[in-house]
Amino acid sequence: MPGFDFSNYNRNAALHAKGVPLPKATSTGTTIVGCIYDKGVVIAADTRATVGPIVADKNCEKLHYIAPKIWCAGAGTAADTEFTTALISSNIELHSLSTGRDPRVITCMTMLKQHLFRYQGHIGAYLVVAGVDPTGVGLYTVHAHGSTDKLPYVTMGSGSLAAMSVFESTWQPDLDREGAISLCAEAIKAGIFNDLGSGSNVDVCVIEKDKPTQLLRNYEKPNPRGEKERNYRFPKGTTAWLNQRVISKEDMKKYVTIETLSGDGNLAVGEQMDVDV
Amino acid sequence: MTMLLNHASHGDGIGYSFAQPTAAPVQQHSFYPYTDNGGSTLGITGSDFAILAGDTRSTSGYNINSRMAPKVFKIGGDDETGEGAQIVLSVVGFAADGNALKERLDNIVKMYKYKHGKPMSVSACAQRLSTILYEKRFFPITYTRFWEGKGALYSYDPVGSYEREQCRAAGAASSLITPFLDNQVNFKNQYVPGSGEGHALEPKKAEPLSRSTAEGLVRDAFTSAVERHIEVGDYLQLVTITKDGIEEAFQPLKKD
Repeated sequence: MPGFDFSNYNRNAALHAKGVPLPKATSTGTTIVGCIYDKGVVIAADTRATVGPIVADKNCEKLHYIAPKIWCAGAGTAADTEFTTALISSNIELHSLSTGRDPRVITCMTMLKQHLFRYQGHIGAYLVVAGVDPTGVGLYTVHAHGSTDKLPYVTMGSGSLAAMSVFESTWQPDLDREGAISLCAEAIKAGIFNDLGSGSNVDVCVIEKDKPTQLLRNYEKPNPRGEKERNYRFPKGTTAWLNQRVISKEDMKKYVTIETLSGDGNLAVGEQMDVDV
Repeated sequence: MTMLLNHASHGDGIGYSFAQPTAAPVQQHSFYPYTDNGGSTLGITGSDFAILAGDTRSTSGYNINSRMAPKVFKIGGDDETGEGAQIVLSVVGFAADGNALKERLDNIVKMYKYKHGKPMSVSACAQRLSTILYEKRFFPITYTRFWEGKGALYSYDPVGSYEREQCRAAGAASSLITPFLDNQVNFKNQYVPGSGEGHALEPKKAEPLSRSTAEGLVRDAFTSAVERHIEVGDYLQLVTITKDGIEEAFQPLKKD
């Protein structure tokens, strides 16, 4: 497995000693939770990503795919949660192919903790691992230093205290699917409203025995953008310009093939960004 | 062994170049009594009105202290509701200092009225606030604040440097709101379409805003700041000062 590139370490240490600030990573000051129920497990997350006090992404995805029936919620440094889960997902797939069995949650958790422990906390990934495997339902937390927990309900991230207060006051041992989903959503909302590092929407992932995994993206949207009072469209010609050059479609055809698409129908693939009109 | 080492470290024997430091490192004491309670304020003036607005969230770190902690205060009112006031003060930064400053200026404006039998003029009050702030030159009161009355808006730094202005944003989201104000109030980077060629366009001239326009800009500035700054939210306190007195309104903002 290729490792990290440390070639800039000495240069950056020297620059830092001279007063140059170190680069800041996007951290997902986050609320993530998980909760088991009779036949499966639910994990949920908020969708705010921050850089210091600034909101970097209002609707980011913090629920990561590991295997069809194992998913992971990530808090901490955004890049670390993204890459660590992708790496383990890849290795889990290979492992499952080589053993010819469905991957287990405990295997995934062990691979994660061993990877994170090796990097002594420098990989800032705080994870909630959940899934269903031949041994049953699994739900774990993994800290950046490599410690793990196995509990019926878990929370992590800066909103973990707010979320845990919901679990501790309303969790019951005999939850069903709907009960677990709504309990997790409530816990995330406690984080969204009471922790400044968390905000925007609730994402939920439900993993159940003998059922396809459901990723309920934006399961709840409790924070719609307020209507703008004024119109901020600039009249054409408002901006000054230094230079003008007109390139016609005919000129372009000399170099590339041009295909004209009809304007109707949504051609955009994947998620569309919210744009102010 | 331990005794030997300890003895050597006292250094009353022969001093070796590799000896341990002889004295304990100097204890450094620090006292930092300020905290940043977040939030933002915004002031815009027109020809016959002035608006001072602020959100009502008070924060410390990732926590919310209060969702309803207004930071726009009426100064020199006849009673505790602020009735009869002509001047409004807003402080953003450290809330405790903001409250203390409000109390102090309120007292001064009231005493002036009792002593001289007439209300303090806006310019006199502006100068007096500057003096109050400079008194604490080496122990400054909070961060930025601004203050206004009857169509005039003054902004201050923590040690009393002040200036009369058309509009000003302060606090946590000031870096987000200021460029919006530059563009929408002073029409910076906007040119009159068709007034010339290329770069030789005529800049769009700024003119006094109507009250409804200014209020619209303030509300849009705050709903936008709430989207991108975690310390701004909960409610918007909008205070408008006209010759007829002070109008105050609250409207909800996002609570996440």
